[in-house]
Amino acid sequence: MPLQINGRQHVVVLEPRVSLLDALREHLDLTGSKKGCDQGTCGSCTVWIDGRRVLACLTLAVAASGHEIVTIEGLADGDQLHPMQRAFIEYDAFQCGYCTSGQIMSAIKVIEEGNAGTDEDIGEFMSGNICRCAAYPNIRAAIRHVRDEAGGRS
Amino acid sequence: MSAVGTPVTRVDGPAKVTGAARYSAEISLPGMTYLAVVGATVASGRVTAIEADAARAAEGVLAVLTPEELPKIAAEPHLLPSLVGGPAPGESFFPMQDDVVQYAGQPVALVIAEEYEQAHHAASLVRISYQPTKSITTIEEGREQAYEAQRLFGGLMPARSERGDVEAGLAGADVRVEVAYKMAANHHNPIEAPSTVATWDGGNLTLYESTQGIRATQQTVAQLLGLPIARVRVITRFVGGGFGGKAMVWPNVTLTAMAARYVGRPVKLMLTRPQMFTSNGHREEQEQRIAIGAARDGRLTAIRHEKLSITSPFDDWAEPATGVSSQLYGCENFLGVHRLIKGNTMTPTFTRGPGESLGVFTLETAMDELAYQLAIDPVELRVRNHTPVDPFGNPWSSDGLVECLRLGAERFGWSERNPAPRTTRDGEWLVGTGVAAAAYPIAFFMPPQRARARIFADGSAIVQTSTQEFGTGVLTMATQVGADALGVALREMEFQAGDSDLPNSTAAVGSAGAGMVSSAVHAAGTALREQLIALAVSDEQSPLHGAGPGSVKVADGHLTSAERPGAVDTYRELLSRNHLSDAEALGMWRPPPLDTPHGLLTFGAQFAEVAVDPELGLVRVRRLNGAFAPGRVLNPLLAHSQLMGGMLWGMSQALLEGNHMDPRYGRWAETNLAEYLVPVNADAPEVRVDFVDVDDELVGPLGAKGVGEIGQVGAAAAIANAVFHATGRRIRSLPMAPELVMDPAVGGR
Repeated sequence: MPLQINGRQHVVVLEPRVSLLDALREHLDLTGSKKGCDQGTCGSCTVWIDGRRVLACLTLAVAASGHEIVTIEGLADGDQLHPMQRAFIEYDAFQCGYCTSGQIMSAIKVIEEGNAGTDEDIGEFMSGNICRCAAYPNIRAAIRHVRDEAGGRS
Repeated sequence: MSAVGTPVTRVDGPAKVTGAARYSAEISLPGMTYLAVVGATVASGRVTAIEADAARAAEGVLAVLTPEELPKIAAEPHLLPSLVGGPAPGESFFPMQDDVVQYAGQPVALVIAEEYEQAHHAASLVRISYQPTKSITTIEEGREQAYEAQRLFGGLMPARSERGDVEAGLAGADVRVEVAYKMAANHHNPIEAPSTVATWDGGNLTLYESTQGIRATQQTVAQLLGLPIARVRVITRFVGGGFGGKAMVWPNVTLTAMAARYVGRPVKLMLTRPQMFTSNGHREEQEQRIAIGAARDGRLTAIRHEKLSITSPFDDWAEPATGVSSQLYGCENFLGVHRLIKGNTMTPTFTRGPGESLGVFTLETAMDELAYQLAIDPVELRVRNHTPVDPFGNPWSSDGLVECLRLGAERFGWSERNPAPRTTRDGEWLVGTGVAAAAYPIAFFMPPQRARARIFADGSAIVQTSTQEFGTGVLTMATQVGADALGVALREMEFQAGDSDLPNSTAAVGSAGAGMVSSAVHAAGTALREQLIALAVSDEQSPLHGAGPGSVKVADGHLTSAERPGAVDTYRELLSRNHLSDAEALGMWRPPPLDTPHGLLTFGAQFAEVAVDPELGLVRVRRLNGAFAPGRVLNPLLAHSQLMGGMLWGMSQALLEGNHMDPRYGRWAETNLAEYLVPVNADAPEVRVDFVDVDDELVGPLGAKGVGEIGQVGAAAAIANAVFHATGRRIRSLPMAPELVMDPAVGGR
């Protein structure tokens, strides 16, 4: 089946029961999207499909075929990191790094969705992404920084 | 300029934010196969039949292994904490050696298939029949069988500690506080599941493993498989969180190696989230009681601290809970006791802030009650009971408790507090504040730690040791330490870890990682620097020829000496002149002896503000402030993060986390992240971390005492004390779930 990922067309042969997450990780060697629970509870597999954040573990690969998929590997422009990636480093918004891909994929969308106006909003709309290291205050700081740099675009 | 002590951002940051960092299940090898583990559905009994024909016939299945097919292990595992530096099985038990079931979830069959989905589907087809026997999985079920433990931690520590006459001390006290708590079990739940990739090359085994101790993994697997240690290599690039759940070596690692040998191909195992609740230990369900006696002026006269908990059928395991209560305050009469019940669970294990975090919870909530009984400010009560020496009369290697309490109180605004409970409201919310002292022991059980430093002809350098990065920031910290020790710029220094072939570093547990790694790296960098200085002063062509080695300073790769004003040599020129393509040195750090005449605790103080909705029983933490004295802070940015994370773990321990056994089936009631609550972003308040500077010359050349646990210790007690201050009620169970906090007196209003 064809899968459009990070602007590139991939063709893979997959059983219909393969999740988008396993297709990325086990078949396409795109391991930036993480498997934390495989049950839709932790958010570490968050990717974008047609511009919306979705959980790749609860999405069948076949259902994502024909749609535009963006993963963490598609954010940076060569060595030029996305502002949210830079902010996560600067504000130390992660420790072990395992939830980080999902956090960043959600964080960018939270601003775009207009849900990053206050810390309470950020906390609420980022609560689908668990960080067991509990870097939450730093994640909020990184999001505030990108929001404010974007010039109140949200 | 010194790199140590500066807030350098993580050297692995770019890899982690781009998804390039590879964790253990993300290694791809040609011919990879997938392992699914079938766990027992009963907690006690025997396997009477395994019907695996359907699974064997399923598409893509390479093998189904039952105890009949699985080879026997070469040696019985004996639990010993990984900090000791030897083999470190998490339990003195290995599954699938016979038909006995000791705990629910215990592996009883393995399925290996070409694809992940095929393995898990086939695993669902394996039919297992059991002859169950009655299980004990809760304290309530086993209370009558409780016994006093003799030794803890696989025999490493005595389970009883006693001095003076505690009963006389209590009887003679002006005031007494006696309290008891029930504490639910905790599960580590790192976001990365324990993962193993095993691959054999002839008789050599390579494991890609999510572990906090690659050397412990290497030695444990070698022992269980009867292999020379040299034939087992463990590689760990990144670990997605550990929190103690990856501190010991659990059976699934060796089972994966056995499966790979059986099918003759690489095998990958990634435990499922539900399996994580029965595969890598947990913090045991427990009850703690404490009795404190004090004189009218607040001075403690006696402490009796008892813990009762459930262990496995095969190990006397309890996280030690009385190590801090026995020494945090000056008190002549002390008794600490651990009682155990053998139950049908796997052996419990270290969970962040092991043992002492709940021990301190009990002590510090009791101290709060004592403060109310005596009408002494809780900060003042703790300051009054501070002791400059441990119970043996040895001075602390470094102190800071009083300074942490004072600084924390000032930053928190403690002096503005009205101590009377249930007096502050914010709309419908009752608001309260609380304080607790924090302390965590420093343990020197580890063998000597080594690192290798190497410099190349172009002036770039590398330091190596066999530690692993699981979020502590060790890659960054060790780069800073290595750069300073050798005397090169940070940009010239690489730090390499994550491979058991590198010089010895013991498992990073018990907040010992920073001390061990920084000491070994410092020793290696310093040894190489001294070697190069010796070369320079004996090199006739060096501008520093003949200078005293002790006079030579190195910074940014430039060597200078006060004896030769204006003269400069560089590492690059020195190596080039001497026709050296590189130079290297080994460094070793030997920990202080166990009987060092020093008290060994890391100190801190925790302050919390909570708001409680008494009708719904909701507790919202509004502020958490911590002040800590962890010795030298190697990187304040990373230390802040780790302490903050620990404090939020303490919040979670107070309010959210707890699992319970369903005694009908002997299985955990909560086995996913929807039911087992951990904090989400909206739960986490802003956190303030302050440091109190203390010099510590004992704990290592850099004086770092570690920040992994101390942030968590005391945080739950400060929150519980704040809940009392808000509501006037003491909640006697952890977590303080809404149904417990809900106030019957205001119901039906």
